[in-house]
Amino acid sequence: MEHYVPILVYTLVAISFPIVALLMAKVIRAGSPDPVKAEPYECGVKTSTVAFDTRFSIRYYLIAVLFVIFDVETIFLFPWAVSFDRLALFGFIEMMVFLAILLVGYVYAWRRGALEWA
Amino acid sequence: MPEPILQLLLIPLIKIVVLLVVVLLIVAYLTYAERKILAYMQVRLGPNRVGPKGWLQPVADGLKLFVKEDLVPGGAEKLVFMIAPAIVMVPALVMFAVVPFGEPFKVAGISVTPYLADINIAILFILGVSSLGVFGIILGGWSSNNKFSLMGGLRSAAQMVSYEIPMGFAVASAVLMAGTLSMVGIVEAQRTAQWWFMFPGILGFGIYWVCGVAETNRNPFDLPEAEAELVAGFHTEYSGMKFALFYLAEYANMMIVSAMAVVLFCGGWLPPFPNLLAGLWALPVLAWIPGAFWFLAKMSFFLFCYIWFRGTFPRYRFDQLMNVGWKWLFPLSLANVMLVALGVLLLKG
Repeated sequence: MEHYVPILVYTLVAISFPIVALLMAKVIRAGSPDPVKAEPYECGVKTSTVAFDTRFSIRYYLIAVLFVIFDVETIFLFPWAVSFDRLALFGFIEMMVFLAILLVGYVYAWRRGALEWA
Repeated sequence: MPEPILQLLLIPLIKIVVLLVVVLLIVAYLTYAERKILAYMQVRLGPNRVGPKGWLQPVADGLKLFVKEDLVPGGAEKLVFMIAPAIVMVPALVMFAVVPFGEPFKVAGISVTPYLADINIAILFILGVSSLGVFGIILGGWSSNNKFSLMGGLRSAAQMVSYEIPMGFAVASAVLMAGTLSMVGIVEAQRTAQWWFMFPGILGFGIYWVCGVAETNRNPFDLPEAEAELVAGFHTEYSGMKFALFYLAEYANMMIVSAMAVVLFCGGWLPPFPNLLAGLWALPVLAWIPGAFWFLAKMSFFLFCYIWFRGTFPRYRFDQLMNVGWKWLFPLSLANVMLVALGVLLLKG
């Protein structure tokens, strides 16, 4: 517990850093607002649509889904890696089976073209 | 003053102040070093007007960013637009809490550790907190009401999550060799093993470093900020202090990736070749050099590599970037974990 209190205090200080910086800047910075300045940077002509209407590739979602699956896999690796000394051969075989199952999923995703970006 | 108050209150507070000052100072002078080194690589002089040889350039930059007008684009989500830089900056600073900069030493009879906390889940803490930064980047890109920023934010998020997986595997291979998640414990394990983990784990080290460069959106993986196609990516619309926060966070993240590389694979604060070289001729000499020096020297080397890459490599295309991450680094890092596990099993029996 005594190790986590300094981290908590430090986190609070770290959170206050951007707040203090932004407040200080607010006091001393220059400011002459103008509707032309507030135009989003695009090409110089007045923008006809808002940016949220822009379409983007569905593959970003696909990458996000793949990430969730395989990142959970990494999280499983850490407790196993820490106690690997005690688990020895049993732990090794268990983890190889687990990784092999996920490898099948990875090969499936690859074969179905989920990793292609075009 | 009674001992517990001193130990629990005063020393951590002093350490917090010192840590923040040191980190922000290194970050400020990293920007100066980057401009200077890039300039020399391109046969220019770089900043040399503010102060002797331009040493005060970071101060001038900071002052300029403080007084710059802060523009919020029309149609932006104002609240999200304002807190996005803070969401990027805070995790970048918080991660330094568990980085061990050196060995414990004694000042006036009190043992002081040159790190804020040695927790037994330090690696998980860093991996977890570092993932929070991506929220700020995608929120900043989304809330700007700018098409370039939106694409930059999305690209950045996709890139960071893609490279986080091989990075996690590479870190796991170092944890396998050390058998602990504590940063101090990993360095001590390298002292016991008499090897830096980068020698038995050379493949994991390479994967870690490539992923680390990609995670921080630096060249040759700086697609989210690609000037030629996305102007500045997720921070096109940011100016003044908000831009400065994004900028500082990027450099703080570079420091964290370098510090992690030093702790996991390069022996942390240990002198080169712990015990082997030290046992021969170098013991009296190396014993005088404090561990923090070795740590900072190794970290500086990795930071120099960042700048070196920027001065050398052209930028990837986005499909190439995703291919490298998913089709090369992912299977390679998986094979690396299996190989390291087999090696540890055979050696430790």
